[in-house]
This record gives sequence, structure tokens and C-alpha cells, in this order.
Amino acid sequence: MTRQQLKGWGMTAPTTADVVSVQIADDARSALAAAGPRGLLARGLGRSYGDAGQNAGGTVLDMTSFDAILDVDSDARTMRVQAGLSLDALLRAALVRGWWVPVLPGTRQVTIGGAIAADVHGKNHHVDGSFGQHVRSLSLLLASDDVVEVTPDDALFWATVGGMGLTGVVLEATLELKPVETSWFVVDTDRTPQLRTLMDVLAEGEPHHPYSVAWFDTATRGDSLGRGVVTQGRAARLDELPLARRDTALELAAPDFGSLPVTPPIGFVNGLTARAFNELWFRKAPQHRRDELQDVTQFFHPLDIIGDWNRVYGPRGFCQYQCVVPFGAEDALVAVVDAIAASRHVSSLNVLKRFGPGNASPLSFPMPGWTLAVDLPVRRGLDDLLTALDRIVLDSGGRLYLAKDSRMSATDFAAMYPRLDDFRAIRAEVDPFGLLRSDLARRLEL
Amino acid sequence: MINALGVPQHLLLLGGTSDIALAIADRYAGPGLHVTLAARPSETRDAAVARLEATGTTVEAIDFDALDTASHQAVVDAADRDVDVAVVAFGLLGDPEEAWTSVEAARELAQVNYVGAVTVGVALADRIKRQGHGVVVALSSVAGERPRRSNFVYGSTKSGMDAFYVGLGEALREHRGRVVVVRPGFVASKMTTGLDPAPLATTPEAVADAVVDAVRSGKEQVWVPAPLRGVMSGLRHLPRPVFRRLPL
Repeated sequence: MTRQQLKGWGMTAPTTADVVSVQIADDARSALAAAGPRGLLARGLGRSYGDAGQNAGGTVLDMTSFDAILDVDSDARTMRVQAGLSLDALLRAALVRGWWVPVLPGTRQVTIGGAIAADVHGKNHHVDGSFGQHVRSLSLLLASDDVVEVTPDDALFWATVGGMGLTGVVLEATLELKPVETSWFVVDTDRTPQLRTLMDVLAEGEPHHPYSVAWFDTATRGDSLGRGVVTQGRAARLDELPLARRDTALELAAPDFGSLPVTPPIGFVNGLTARAFNELWFRKAPQHRRDELQDVTQFFHPLDIIGDWNRVYGPRGFCQYQCVVPFGAEDALVAVVDAIAASRHVSSLNVLKRFGPGNASPLSFPMPGWTLAVDLPVRRGLDDLLTALDRIVLDSGGRLYLAKDSRMSATDFAAMYPRLDDFRAIRAEVDPFGLLRSDLARRLEL
Repeated sequence: MINALGVPQHLLLLGGTSDIALAIADRYAGPGLHVTLAARPSETRDAAVARLEATGTTVEAIDFDALDTASHQAVVDAADRDVDVAVVAFGLLGDPEEAWTSVEAARELAQVNYVGAVTVGVALADRIKRQGHGVVVALSSVAGERPRRSNFVYGSTKSGMDAFYVGLGEALREHRGRVVVVRPGFVASKMTTGLDPAPLATTPEAVADAVVDAVRSGKEQVWVPAPLRGVMSGLRHLPRPVFRRLPL
């Protein structure tokens, strides 16, 4: 056990905790028994942007060594894995069998436990839903020291999905995978001159593409407000690959260009570089391209090729802002993009996507509507901008994503998640003394 | 918790009726903010509570006496909620001539401004170590940077507390605690009512702005107004015969 400083991916509000590396399940149990008044939290690969993986003054379980694949059922196409396994390792093991991980977020450097806790989503949400919908069962270490196996028939299962680690420590999970012939994607790309056309292209393409997402410009206004690039795709069949690639069709293309070794004293991302990036990214995209073959890194995870890329933002870090506004509230979405474009804050990694239906989890983020994500370096005035965006999102009936949030208020959070009381009731039952805690839980009064 | 953009949820004001402490609370005030106002019971305290509550802030007033050092840990631990930002704002200016000619007056200044500040600091450090995060804002003074004839007893107490809090900031680094030492010049406030303002005089509001900026940006030492840093750096190195002749 060592006292360590822990921060989220946005590097904004570090705190210290006693970190215990979990090698076997009993390590988690003894840490739970020894936990003091500041409680305990399981942490994976630390990709939550804010304070979700921190527990100031308390105990934090480092789950990343608890990463075995325990069982594979070829008939049911399921795998039983320990919670610290990364999606990257899971995908590699799945591809060997001709299977695919049904939900992949923007990085593969996420643990199974983290993917469940945040109920992560990917480009195929409108078809396949979020991660929790592909979990067949999971074992949960409760505050009482009991280990229970829960399935989608249990309320506790759905409170754990999206529950940010506050119902217990996920030890193992059984996941259902889906069959694929290759690890490649057939991708259509369209450049659109403004936000409204971007949204039209996304909406029209949705029924024909299981995967879809758009990048948009946050530096332009007026007629080119929210101009962008839509990419939509589907898994490639074997007969669509060139002959030379068919032998290695199920290999994972995961180039590694190293990582940023240190955090530079000043961030590289400023108004100038971000504007230049936006302009270049827009111009480099083809007007229209059909049926291009892309590998998983190109299509899903371009950022995974550089480790610790968050360091480009410098020591002050950055805020990721991801919201969803319901269908019908398109004006609110336009207002959000316009408010960002009108501000001095420029974001480069901007994502727009349409969600399908949500699920039974009281704290799961996705709901039918438009989701937008931007990365904004911390600088003076950012709080005012984001607070203004909160108002637009809240008034439209939308909400913010807990895995990304690092600064919203407890009252706004309660207003955004109408089923919060359901979650609290389950939590009060399984953890009456609030042994499972996080900085996020303290901040949002979960 | 303090959020990603440096906005605290809970402020502990020690010497909570000081003009500077209240100006800092005003900067953060609103629904969602909790303030623990630690001060001696008084009409001023009641008025401060009412004024903050009018903004939607949740306020709890607790009794605090800088001289009662044995009670300081209990005061710091009174609130269940994490102390995100604590402001050490109590202090006496006293009568500068009496301060070096009366044993009682000197002792009181030393006990409030130095001893009380140190014991409160120890209690805050303990709390920050337990909670794994926290910011302490210590209101020092440029008077502590170089003692001068006109108010050297006050200056000496501020020298001592300043040194203590600079050191405390180093000690708390590994616990993710941060100490912001604030060195205002002459502040036009109720503490200085009736005195002639010195050059580069400032206001409680300006001090509060500097504090909010430091809490947000991670600064550990601030002078208010900012040019005082250079001025004091120069003054510290003046030969004594010259320094003595300055109208300070």
C-alpha cells in the first residue's frame, strides 16, 4: 500500500489516496476490511477525465493486474474475464476466435470494470447500445464483504452498470462477443459545409451504417458554423479485403508511435494551434469517399497510437465536455456549438454522434439524442463558458457524461439524472455506510 | 471537493468576519457553496451570515477564538464536508507604539497573529492529510517582509506566520495540500479605519480577486497589488540608513 497522487485523464484536480494493487480477489477483500472513514474505490486505467477514479484520503484499488481471461464458451460466444483486463487485451483475445468486442469507446485503454462502471458507448450505440447491454453477468464484491453474482434481471446489476464503482467492486464479468470475419471496416466519408447538413448526413446515414460519427470544427461561425466530416462504416467481410490481406484479416492493427515522456511546462494546445488543427482537419478530409477500407486504429482509435497524449495540454490540463441533448432539441445543439465557437476557447477533438435508446441503468449516460464532445484546455473563463453550456443542455432535457465530467454542480447533476433516487435507494441497501466512495461522488453528492 | 476549474464547494473562513474573508466568500457565493464561518459571536457575524445566505449560499457559523488554541482542531474538524479551501484571515493590527511598550499588548498581538495562526495551521494540516486534498489561504502582509520602525511588532508576527505557512506548503505537497500565502499591502478595511493609506493601497475586493485567481491557477505566493512583489524585493535590499529615512 502506498500513498499516491492520482489524477484523471484531464489532469485537473489531483488528490492523494492509499493505493493497493489487487493481484487476487482476497487483496480487494482485505483492503475493504481495512478501509478507513474515507472509504474505498476500484480504479482501472484512469481514462475518466475528471475525478471519477480518485478517492482523496481513502483507499484506491489498482485493478490493472487483475486481468486474467478465466473462461471462454465458444457455443455461447462469451468470455469470463477479471475486471482489470483492458479492452485492448480483450479485443486481441476475441479476434483470435473470430469475435469482436461489441462496444468500443474512443480508446482501448479502458478496463472491463471501468467500461461497466461508466457504461461506455461507441460509434455503434444507435444499433448495439452501450457496454452494459453486452454483459451477461458480473460478480460484485459488496461493502458487506459478500461477493454476489448479478445478471440483467437484478436491479443491482443495472445500478452497477453506469454506477461509477459506487455499488461495489466488480471482480469478474461474463461478456457476450459478436462474430466478425475481419478486423477491418468499410468506411464512407463525407465533408459537410455546416452543422445542419452534418446532422442531416448523420441522420440519413444511420439506418445503413452500424457505425457512425462526425468531427466538427469549433473555430468557424456563421454559414460554416459546425462544418465537419462524417465517417460511417460497417465491419468488412473477408471477401472485401484484397487477397494479400486475407491471411491476416483478423490481426489487430495497433501501431505504437511511443508516448509523450513528460508534461511540457506549457500546453501545446492554444487558440492558434487549435484553430490551425481545425482548419487542416477539415481540409484534409475528402469531399465524398465511399467504401474505403480502414483498420481499427484508423477508424476507431487514432489517439491510441500515442501514449499519454493528454500531456500536450500541459500542466493545467483540460476539460472534456460531453453532453447529450434529446432529439427535437436540435436548436440547443446548435446553440452549444455556437457558444463554443463564439468563445475564445477552441477545441480540436470534437465529436458529434446520434445515440439510440438508453438502457435500464439509472445513471447510464446515453439517451435518444445528439451527443457532442469537446476537449478544452483549462484557461481563464472556461468555467463561465461551460456553466453557460450546462444551462443550455439542462434546459433542453439533456445531460452530461459522468466519465467525462470534472466540474458540474451537484444540483445540475440531480436535475439531469431523474432516476438518481433509484440509484441512491439501491446504494443505500448494499452500502448503507457509504464505504464505496470517490471524489466524483463527494462532488456530486451521490 | 474542489472542481477541475478550481471552484470549491466548501469554504472554511477562520476569522470569518474579516473584510477580506467575506470578500473571498462573495467571489464564490451562490447555490452550491457551503461556508463555515468561524468567528467570535457578534452582530457582524450575524450580518455576514445573513448577507451570504441571501445569495443562496449555505452558511454555518461556529464560535472561534484565536486565543483558545486548544479548541482549534475542533473548529477545523467541525464540518463533515471536506474543507476545500480554508482562509486564515484573523489578525490584529493593534496600536504600534503600545505594541512595543506594553507587555500585554505585545503578547496579545503575538498570540493572535502568530501563535493562533500556527495552531490553526497545524490543525488544518492534519485535516488536509486525512482528506487527501485541500487549499489553505494564509493572509500574511508585506509588513512581514522587512520590519520597519512604524509597526515592527505587527510586522514580526506576520513574518513568523508567513514563514510558517510557506514551510507548511512544502510539507503538504506530498499530501496534495496547497498553501497560498497572500501578502497584501495596505488594505482599506475595518482593520485600518482611521489610518492614512500607504502607497499602493488596495481593497479587500482586490485581495479576494487575487486569492480566487491563485486558488484556480495553482499559485503559492501572491502580492496584492502585484507590483508590490518587485517593490518589496527592492526594499528588502536597501541599506538600513536609507530604508530608515523612507516615509513608510
